[in-house]
Amino acid sequence: MKNKVVVFILCALALIALPLIAQSFGQGWVRIMALALLYVLLALGLNIVVGYAGLLDLGYVAFYAVGAYMYALLASPHLFENFPWVAQVFPNGMHTPVWLVVPLAAGLAAIAGVLLGTPVLKLRGDYLAIVTLGFGEIIRVFMNNLEQPINITNGPRGLDRIDAMHLFGFSFGKAIDIGDFRISSVALYYYLFLALVVFSVIICQHLETSRIGRAWMAIREDEIAAKAMGINTRNMKLLAFGMGATFGGVSGAMFAAFQGFVSPESFSLQESVMIVAMVVLGGMGHLPGVILGALMLSALPEVLRYVAGPLQEMTGGRLDSSILRQLLIALAMIGIMLSRPRGLWPAPEHGKALPATVK
Amino acid sequence: METFFQQIINGLVLGSMYALVALGYTMVYGIINLINFAHGEVLMVGALTSWTVVTVLADSGLPGWALMLISLVCAIVVCAALNFTIEKLAYRPLRTAPRLAPLITAMGMSLLLQTLAMIIWKPNPKPYPQLLPTDPISLGGPVISVTQCLILGITAVVLASLMYLVNKTKLGRAMRATAENPRVAALMGVRPDMVISATFIIGAALAAVAGVMWAANYGTVQHSMGFLPGLKAFTAAVLGGIGNLAGAVVGGVLLGLVEALGAGYLGPLTGNVLGSQYSDIFAFAALILVLTLRPAGLLGERVADRA
Repeated sequence: MKNKVVVFILCALALIALPLIAQSFGQGWVRIMALALLYVLLALGLNIVVGYAGLLDLGYVAFYAVGAYMYALLASPHLFENFPWVAQVFPNGMHTPVWLVVPLAAGLAAIAGVLLGTPVLKLRGDYLAIVTLGFGEIIRVFMNNLEQPINITNGPRGLDRIDAMHLFGFSFGKAIDIGDFRISSVALYYYLFLALVVFSVIICQHLETSRIGRAWMAIREDEIAAKAMGINTRNMKLLAFGMGATFGGVSGAMFAAFQGFVSPESFSLQESVMIVAMVVLGGMGHLPGVILGALMLSALPEVLRYVAGPLQEMTGGRLDSSILRQLLIALAMIGIMLSRPRGLWPAPEHGKALPATVK
Repeated sequence: METFFQQIINGLVLGSMYALVALGYTMVYGIINLINFAHGEVLMVGALTSWTVVTVLADSGLPGWALMLISLVCAIVVCAALNFTIEKLAYRPLRTAPRLAPLITAMGMSLLLQTLAMIIWKPNPKPYPQLLPTDPISLGGPVISVTQCLILGITAVVLASLMYLVNKTKLGRAMRATAENPRVAALMGVRPDMVISATFIIGAALAAVAGVMWAANYGTVQHSMGFLPGLKAFTAAVLGGIGNLAGAVVGGVLLGLVEALGAGYLGPLTGNVLGSQYSDIFAFAALILVLTLRPAGLLGERVADRA
């Protein structure tokens, strides 16, 4: 027990120290780490839908997009410049506080999740996959085209000049100096995302062992049996969709604040596929596995990008860093599935919700 | 009214290409219950192979139709070999794995093929030469190009031969038996591995035909061109009831018609508020609607879940 505490404290210290060490090698590294944490958050959200409830969702990125655009619209000059009445109501520009935007983004994403969930409840497996995929594409078409007749999303150009995150009068957009030591804005976001990830892991862990989590797993294993046991499968599935979407919405809001810019390009089908791959490669329904999968697929190719320079010269420019990244992700997806079909770090016992020590 | 008939023709042409690709999806799904996400990429490889052949032979002085025929045959051979290899290397070892594992492999394969195509053929879009006469044929108002005529003709021939193959030949019977129950089929002397390989080869050939015609019709080829036809064709297969051959054709043609009519009428009907760029939404909205009312697709039978 004491050992566990020591290990835990050491891990926590390492996670806190990591960006401070990494930033001396360049901000790019801290950025990669922060984005990797964002992907962990997304993977945790999708894990609720795919891993716990067993509903294959290929349009998860739509909820991410809803959250990101919600934040972007409410915290950038776009609406202010395009709608006179907005300018009248908010003479100082749209700077909606975080306390309002993030819950709004989460709520809207949850509503979108339930809206999508309602018509597709009867479908199973592969039919569900294609419908969610279609939903993701529908959202993307809207993002791309909703600039006419009224300019809401600014089309393919996207929304820029988005406010940084502000909490308790503290801005994540500016670096802070402690004596000679400087903690960059990117590192501050890293801490914010880290806190969110820790919070989400705690939520997920509690969900997993709760009544709801067990109901989801029962549905995943055998829907008819679950129904016979008195589980309201319809509500439980909707709850899974809504809950997963909430995670997506919050991650989207964070993404918008972090990047300061959103465009439809960031929310392509490929992104959805990546998140599904993270969940499945890591080990569906098993939190450490999912986190491992997300970190691996998001960070590893980025790190390898830095060694791409020499390779690019060798191949005469054909193998540039983005192509190399794609190639690696593709090979990882195929290779890992072929060698470990249940994921890198699968749940120890199939469909068992409670650890053996609980009596 | 002229617009109407014109859009019907466009829709039929688009729909028949969707149908060809959808057949590949549905045959594979019917037999091994796998959404072969890499199928759209097979179409892309077919189109790019044909482009390479046409470019290499451009100075040979052969007439346009001969070039097209040669490139079509090359594309079919390359795609068949490719799909056969993919199945053998990536899907066969996972046949007894958890359901999502082969799906992820298929997605990875799709990404891999796109990336390899980007490396081999460079990422820029390439113009596909006009091999057939470009003068449109007038049908008293609406017009149809020679390429479009050819697409409709080839699709009809291909569909007829596929129906013959599946319903009348020994291989077709083996395929249907394997789709029904692979274990019992194996007991009756069918070799499931061989049947599955044959299915992938046939599917690839259909995708290659669709790829070459897609390239000829739209006049440009690129590594990313397989994505949208693949997605739409899969939608078509699900719309018609996945696993059902006639359903794939019906779904494909229906989707093509819905999209063409949507593209033609959406702008004028809504006073140009919603333009033709929203036609993609129609395909998916139709899908969601149909599946809500008939969860197993238009022609699909209600089957017990094999979760």
